[in-house]
Amino acid sequence: MNTPLLVRGGRLLDPVAGRDGLFDLLLENGVVTEFGDRLGAAGARVLEASGLLVLPGFIDLHAHLREPGREYAETVATGLRAAAAGGFTAVCTMPNTDPVNDNRAISEFLVSKARGASGPRLYPIGAVTKGQRGEELAEFGEMRIAGAVAVSDDGKWLADGALLRRAFEHARLFEMPVVQHCEDTSLSGGAPMHEGAVSTRLGLPGQPAIAEAAAVGRDLLVAEVARGRLHVAHLSTARALALVREARTAGLAVTCEVTPHHLTLTDEEVARSGFSTNFKMNPPLREPRDLEALAAGLEDGSIDAVATDHAPHHEDEKSLDFITAPFGVVGLETAAAVVYDRLVRTGRLSLLRFAAAFSAGPARAFALPGGTLAPGSPANITLFDPEARWRVDPSRFESLSRNSPFAGWELVGAPVGTIVEGRVVWRRDEDRDSRDRS
Amino acid sequence: MKPETPTERAATAGSLRSKDLLGTEDLSAEEIGLILDTAESMRPIGERAIKKVPALRGRMVVNLFFEASTRTRFSFETAEKWLSADALSFAAKGSSVEKGESLIDTARNLQAMAPDLIVIRHSCPGVPHFLARNLRAGVVNAGDGAHEHPTQALLDALTIRRRFGRLEGLRVVIAGDITHSRVARSNIWLLTRMGATVVVCAPPTLLPPRIEEMGVEATTDFDAALDGADVVMMLRMQLERQGASLYPSTREYFKRYGLTAARLTRARPEAVVMHPGPMNRGVEISSDVADSPRSLILEQVSNGVAVRMAVLYLLLTGHAWEGEPG
Repeated sequence: MNTPLLVRGGRLLDPVAGRDGLFDLLLENGVVTEFGDRLGAAGARVLEASGLLVLPGFIDLHAHLREPGREYAETVATGLRAAAAGGFTAVCTMPNTDPVNDNRAISEFLVSKARGASGPRLYPIGAVTKGQRGEELAEFGEMRIAGAVAVSDDGKWLADGALLRRAFEHARLFEMPVVQHCEDTSLSGGAPMHEGAVSTRLGLPGQPAIAEAAAVGRDLLVAEVARGRLHVAHLSTARALALVREARTAGLAVTCEVTPHHLTLTDEEVARSGFSTNFKMNPPLREPRDLEALAAGLEDGSIDAVATDHAPHHEDEKSLDFITAPFGVVGLETAAAVVYDRLVRTGRLSLLRFAAAFSAGPARAFALPGGTLAPGSPANITLFDPEARWRVDPSRFESLSRNSPFAGWELVGAPVGTIVEGRVVWRRDEDRDSRDRS
Repeated sequence: MKPETPTERAATAGSLRSKDLLGTEDLSAEEIGLILDTAESMRPIGERAIKKVPALRGRMVVNLFFEASTRTRFSFETAEKWLSADALSFAAKGSSVEKGESLIDTARNLQAMAPDLIVIRHSCPGVPHFLARNLRAGVVNAGDGAHEHPTQALLDALTIRRRFGRLEGLRVVIAGDITHSRVARSNIWLLTRMGATVVVCAPPTLLPPRIEEMGVEATTDFDAALDGADVVMMLRMQLERQGASLYPSTREYFKRYGLTAARLTRARPEAVVMHPGPMNRGVEISSDVADSPRSLILEQVSNGVAVRMAVLYLLLTGHAWEGEPG
């Protein structure tokens, strides 16, 4: 079906062009063909968008969809439905599946599963090393052919500096960034929370903030000598952000992302919740000064993207003691609303930077199509209602898992429509909204 | 957030606010006073020929110990027997629930036995809190990792109060492995709430970061810490942690942090010495100090039973102890 789609009367935000205004947008054959004031609707389906923000499709640089291997926690299909419900038109998936995505066959499997689900695009992130064992490099080129856009050993920081150097060098051949979870485990000890006044009070082992900064610092030095493309996953500390900022000023090709939970929650939540494992993630929740620095970094552009680190776990897995339970929280269905409500509405993040952090920023970091609404760009659009009032209810998630740290939050602002290559793949069911209760 | 439960009670002078005792951090000064007063009036039960009152007849208490314990478990079991509760002890160490069983399954299995109270010890902080959220029964934390051990702090407070007649204004030194000590944390919350000054002292490797934010003075100089102390509370050096490079040898530790008679002269003349046990003689404390008249170590043990009786009674009946009927 190639019926053109006219998105009419919305407030269009294009962070690449710096455009912010009321425009109609015409989508034809999977691309944006025109925007302007009162475009003719002849032959087009009309999608009424007055009162809504019309944004370049959201791209998540960091999600775990658990297939293959742990389909009870998430599958490609359910993960992509959750992504669509969160306004995402594309998702990059981490390789820590079982088996690990360290080869072309798994990458192809993921892409074909996603095609079958006909929702958001899926871009695999391949493993840096075979089996994520940190020993020998995986076949970047083969995975690239299958559609992989970056390489990463995900939660396992490549501690071997010489191996990281070779990874950077080899990845240059295929123009892929190396994504690092920056945690020097000799300093962090794998501790379940952040080291600080709260961990001391609770008697839990803590990971010092410098475990992240030390790893970032080492990786920046290796990237420099290897002329590598480093992307720092889920940056969580002021200290590490300062190192990234300094490196960027010096001209190094480094990008980074931050998660909604690291922007809005502190280590105090572990105490307040009575040790709820929905506040156990890695990197751990940090301190107020880190949150302030991260928000500032997102606004000034030192941080390129908001990424979810969507990490579904079954309730049985999370119902273990705080030290034994796995790290991670789901995030696809709350990310944009949490950041909009807590940062944009409070005036700490401008609308254009919000749009950029979810679209242009991630697109540039991994060299993906999209991120703009200029004619000729892919017709990937996120519609966002800045007035929608709703309450986060994990039992209504499209995701198979419920491990959200935002359960019960009252939010203003919600993604209401997701358009992928000109096709509406998801619309918010009005009945879901608690605004209808009032 | 903790959901309200039917057994949740309003704060009054004669009862505790919660169905659970998870830590001293949550206790008000009034609640601490109530527990200590109740314990005081229960002490005589243990001094009689027939040590039994029918106060908790027909009530079921499950002692669930996921971590090895001798004296705490015996102390709870004794308290339960003296109050005529039906007690069931379950040493989960080494059993199928030790690792891997979902805590929610543990909770549901317990619930199916319909106990009135669970006494739990676990190596991980927060496990009693999880059970408290998911069980109708009350939960008493008998030690959760390095987090809290509230009945130990309460028995320490009773012991100090009996000797000095008060807690307020005393200078209490807690010395040893503070990082891994739940006894230290529970004592810090309780003693500072009651108006005592708490000084914690440890080598830098055993002093957790930002401990001052719990309202204590922190030092690495044991001699300076002892100056003017009323109470010196020694913690057990956990010898099994030696591999973690926290202290090179017990000999070096004893030299700087062992409590000897000579060192104790820096404290006030009426100062007392306490230890939650089990002691490592010659590591954190010398035998002559441990066995001296200034040592309250054995009194701590007998006060432990009284305090646990008070806690069990207050949580299970919801009202103050009026003494025995008749």
